[in-house]
Amino acid sequence: MNIVTCIKQTPDSAAKLQVVDNKVTWGDSPLIVNPWDEYAYEEALLLREKFGGKVVAISLGPESALEALKTCLAVGCDEAYLVSDPTLAGSDASATAYSLAKAVQKVGEVDLVLFGKQAIDGDSGLTATMVARYLGWSLLSYVIKIAEIDPTAKTIKVERMMEEGRQVCTAKLPAVVSVIKGINEPRYPSFMGIRKASKATIPAWSASDLGLEPSKIGSTGSAIAWLDIYPMPVKETRVEMIEGETPQEIAAKLADKLIADKVV
Amino acid sequence: MANNIWVYIDQFKGNPSQASWEAIGLAKSLAHQMGGGVMALVFGSGVEELAKTAFQYGATTAILVDDPSLADFRVEPYAATLAKLASKQKPEVIIGPTSTRVRDTFAMAAVDLGTGVIVDATAVELKDGTLQAVRPVYAGKLLTTVICKEKRPQMITIRPRAFPMPEANRGASGEINKAAPALAEEAVATKVVGYLVEEGEVSVDGAAIIVSGGRGVNGPEGFEPIRNLAKVLGAAVGASRAAVDAGWIPYPHQVGQTGKVVSPDLYIAAGISGAVQHLAGMRTAKVIVAINKDNEAPIFNLAKYGVVGDLFEIVPALTEEFKKRLGK
Repeated sequence: MNIVTCIKQTPDSAAKLQVVDNKVTWGDSPLIVNPWDEYAYEEALLLREKFGGKVVAISLGPESALEALKTCLAVGCDEAYLVSDPTLAGSDASATAYSLAKAVQKVGEVDLVLFGKQAIDGDSGLTATMVARYLGWSLLSYVIKIAEIDPTAKTIKVERMMEEGRQVCTAKLPAVVSVIKGINEPRYPSFMGIRKASKATIPAWSASDLGLEPSKIGSTGSAIAWLDIYPMPVKETRVEMIEGETPQEIAAKLADKLIADKVV
Repeated sequence: MANNIWVYIDQFKGNPSQASWEAIGLAKSLAHQMGGGVMALVFGSGVEELAKTAFQYGATTAILVDDPSLADFRVEPYAATLAKLASKQKPEVIIGPTSTRVRDTFAMAAVDLGTGVIVDATAVELKDGTLQAVRPVYAGKLLTTVICKEKRPQMITIRPRAFPMPEANRGASGEINKAAPALAEEAVATKVVGYLVEEGEVSVDGAAIIVSGGRGVNGPEGFEPIRNLAKVLGAAVGASRAAVDAGWIPYPHQVGQTGKVVSPDLYIAAGISGAVQHLAGMRTAKVIVAINKDNEAPIFNLAKYGVVGDLFEIVPALTEEFKKRLGK
């Protein structure tokens, strides 16, 4: 089984974000592998342990994303590739998905592409679905359990988490799968892994290496544009402390307030 | 037909999501400015009733694709049908409620249509003939204004409870146009085997009231008082990441950056200190109540009402109080 895991480098989830000149900055807070994508590479590694084959990590981003790919090598991915090109700047989810689909095709024989359900910066959650469409493969999204894979019959059975509960379904391989928390416990890189990864050279693929059509990438090739970005306005709420002699008194006062606010 | 605004009605086993009607409300106000009517898209099996309900909320026409192959949600046939209809009739705008289904359906259809998707909008306005949507990014810490430049349709999903619910006009009716699904059953590789639905629990998605527990509940049994209060209020049970990671409650209950993002009318946080990642998931709640032993917990900075005290005393007292008030 050959598995591609697509990962994105994002600011740390605890980073203090600031906006300067319509650009997001995060001080000296580290860049990390998007937390959702850790579940994707972990699942890829677990499947390799079961079925053999290789795990290939791919990231689209600036050169700094090499660090995120090194984390993937350190946890045990076999190969890593960076898709990077100045002409990719400003790509929306669809242009990104088009480029990633081309990168998956360049890897060659691939049975499964794994994504985290979304990235914690753009929060769009569209890319995996769009990659599936560009490749013409089945999409299984929000997967919390890969129940079965039959590499010979090329079939997969999963449990998908919908709002109402789990949907159990089957599909054919190759497929694109997006995963959510709860599917596994991502491993930490080993000391040996980190040493090995630090020495690795990670190939970079440019737009022309992947044969990307210039009209389909970057801001010109994107339907969607962000006009500005700004901090969420701070709600001016001064907390009103509810006090009383007994829990019952507090509960009665709080109930009065909530009923007056018409929220119950 | 081209200037109709389309609204995609999201349903599970024939039950529509309330945010579908909120989407009709938004479409109505946009149609008022752009001209044209509101057309509801109803896909499923045995769902004609939903088209009629859509008229009551303000749709003027509907396309009904009612077929056994659409009984279970699968993205391929749903997206292919949406893309086929849109490529033929070329609507300017397609709006739907944000959900796992609509996100996937719109994303896949957008690739077929050569356009993009704006997800999870919390505000939408018409400016110079183009829709400008505001949406939270970076886990709700930042907002961005997003447009779909030249490509059409403009596809937007709206966050549940971010737009007002339109009034229903019981007498309203409209014209239903029936269409066939784009894919035959044989052409769909994905098959649904079944569902594992946790019975009787209200999902935090779209819930009007959420009662959440955190590290302070001290164990799985600590969620009992939380559940009791939720039951009396008809609320969903939420949890912080700390409680989920400790294994006290399953992941679907998690609210926050790596869980669900919610906007209820009332959010009661019991024993939750208020880490940035948790606040990211619930900061847009209308009224937040914080119950915590530690009077310096960050959750109090966001709360409208605060109680410093033991949740195991306060929450049961609240449950009893609301039982009396709500006559349960």
